[in-house]
Amino acid sequence: MQQQTAGLDWQQEGQLSCLHVTGHWTLHQRKPDLLEVWRKGGRLPEQLCVRVNVTAWDSSLLALLRRIRYLAYEAGIEVNLQGLPAGVGQLLEMAQTPSTQAQAEPKTPLNRVAQFGAGALRVMGSMGRSCTFIGQVTLALLATARGKGRMRASDFWLALQQNGPGALPIVALIAVLVGLILAFVGAVQLEAFGAQIYIANMVAIGMTREMGALMTAVIMAGRTGAAYAAELGSMQANEEIDALQTFGFPPLEFLVTPRILALLVSMPILTCFADALGILGGFVIGWGMYDISATQYINQSLVMVSSIDFFIGLFKSLVFALLIGMIGCYYGLNSGRNAQAVGQATTNAVVSIIVALVVSDAMITVLCTQLGI
Amino acid sequence: MKEAVLVAENLSAGYGQLVIQRELNFSIRQGEVFVVMGGSGCGKSTLLRHLIGLQAPLAGRMLFRGDDFWAHSSEERALLQQHFGILYQNVALWGAMTLRENICLPLETWRPELSRLERHELASLKLALVGLAGTDHLYPAELSGGMRKRAGLARALALDPQVLFFDEPSAGLDPLSSMALDELILQLRDSLGASIVLVTHELPSIYRVADTCLFLDNKTRTQIALGSLQELLDHGPEQVQRFLRRGNSFAAGGHA
Repeated sequence: MQQQTAGLDWQQEGQLSCLHVTGHWTLHQRKPDLLEVWRKGGRLPEQLCVRVNVTAWDSSLLALLRRIRYLAYEAGIEVNLQGLPAGVGQLLEMAQTPSTQAQAEPKTPLNRVAQFGAGALRVMGSMGRSCTFIGQVTLALLATARGKGRMRASDFWLALQQNGPGALPIVALIAVLVGLILAFVGAVQLEAFGAQIYIANMVAIGMTREMGALMTAVIMAGRTGAAYAAELGSMQANEEIDALQTFGFPPLEFLVTPRILALLVSMPILTCFADALGILGGFVIGWGMYDISATQYINQSLVMVSSIDFFIGLFKSLVFALLIGMIGCYYGLNSGRNAQAVGQATTNAVVSIIVALVVSDAMITVLCTQLGI
Repeated sequence: MKEAVLVAENLSAGYGQLVIQRELNFSIRQGEVFVVMGGSGCGKSTLLRHLIGLQAPLAGRMLFRGDDFWAHSSEERALLQQHFGILYQNVALWGAMTLRENICLPLETWRPELSRLERHELASLKLALVGLAGTDHLYPAELSGGMRKRAGLARALALDPQVLFFDEPSAGLDPLSSMALDELILQLRDSLGASIVLVTHELPSIYRVADTCLFLDNKTRTQIALGSLQELLDHGPEQVQRFLRRGNSFAAGGHA
């Protein structure tokens, strides 16, 4: 008798026990556990008879029959399928066709020493690629400087527009707030000695030597470094970079040079802008809360800030521009060819840029201190 | 005559104010291969977007098993869309997932009663059906173009659809891979009894698989021919005959 639920049980047919598949074998149905039923079969004959008498079926029936065949194969039993609904036989046959997809050789497991060695080789390889990239970018920049680079001027102007004027509002906001914070933090300590006038000194030196360049660079890391990695990563995924190469355009000269040059131009200007606005932020606190007059504040700032402080800030901004441009482009060009890889490249670029910024800033600061400037 | 699974009634296809095709009337029957053809830019893929429920038609109705598809709420439409399997032109496998995960994701969402093992077995079965046995652990990026199409088809089969849609399945494939894919389409039609909607302008494929053909014209912006391939070859408008006869040499390769 036909039944609506999925049925799977052994039935004795003469000397043989047969596996009967009955009822609705569809994905929605609750189905008996094959392994449990299989174990009930006890010692199985050399040829297993499977009678299929289902009222409805979909791929869950195919999955069951495939599993039965697999279990029978493991037990060295031949399977005789009977009463298959139209189409099921053909589908089972199709499912037995071997794949022609080439697959990577399975990796042999490594012991701990070998794992360490493989890790070291990966790091060395990565460092080697980074050094090669730096060298190639340097050559591309030199070629451009000699007028032999294959950079499109329009790419440079577009990048400059995006990096420069486009970044002004966010740089202005952050610079004012950083100046304000510096003034606040310093004022609390200086007030105890009645030395509030030195708020101006602290903010002016802090902004020009350190914070103006660093905060601008952090903003540009998130804004421009990420954009470079994502743009170039997407181009890599869409095979646009391959297309450039096949047409004989070196991607570094064509894509990286205009972006780095744009940053080298925009970063010092943005840093000067951030210095001025940071000092303005400090002035708001000094003038508004500690009764320092505008003349006093400006005089104090101008006396304290030397051209060396200012140029150290500018020098840092150029170093940061190189780091942001190079790291952003490096991760973009070495991105994988899918959406996830582009996202990963962007994240790696931003994290690496910020680490590089802080490390290089610390190195320059230590160097300047040692040199007494 | 078999039951009509999908019916278009005075359907206008397009985007926003732009009408690309108007007054489309056709039925897609159970177990037939229905080919939508026409020159580039005639609106084949736009029509497909209406048929698979991604975008509402500008006018007219689309009936799925007699039910007005676009009259339903979006939740109800999502339930109906389970019966559609789609192989997109660019395959659109999720690159961050293995092939098994690509197939298991719709199963997890729509067949939560299945155990993890059952889902994995089904994924393995679907991959085996399209000739990709043993590739469950691979990522789409690790497959060749033809194999990626097959993997996309395996995902389209995940929920045992009643209608399978193919958008330019032969695009980017070599003739042998294209022929193999056509064979697979026919095998799936014969064994699953599913209706197949094929959007293509590849004449060799049309000659191999088509049961019924719809020809969209990009000048008049409407259908100018509907019928079996032989009917269109014998009695179709001149433009359609010209289009089809350019592929006559393929007819010798085997008529479905």
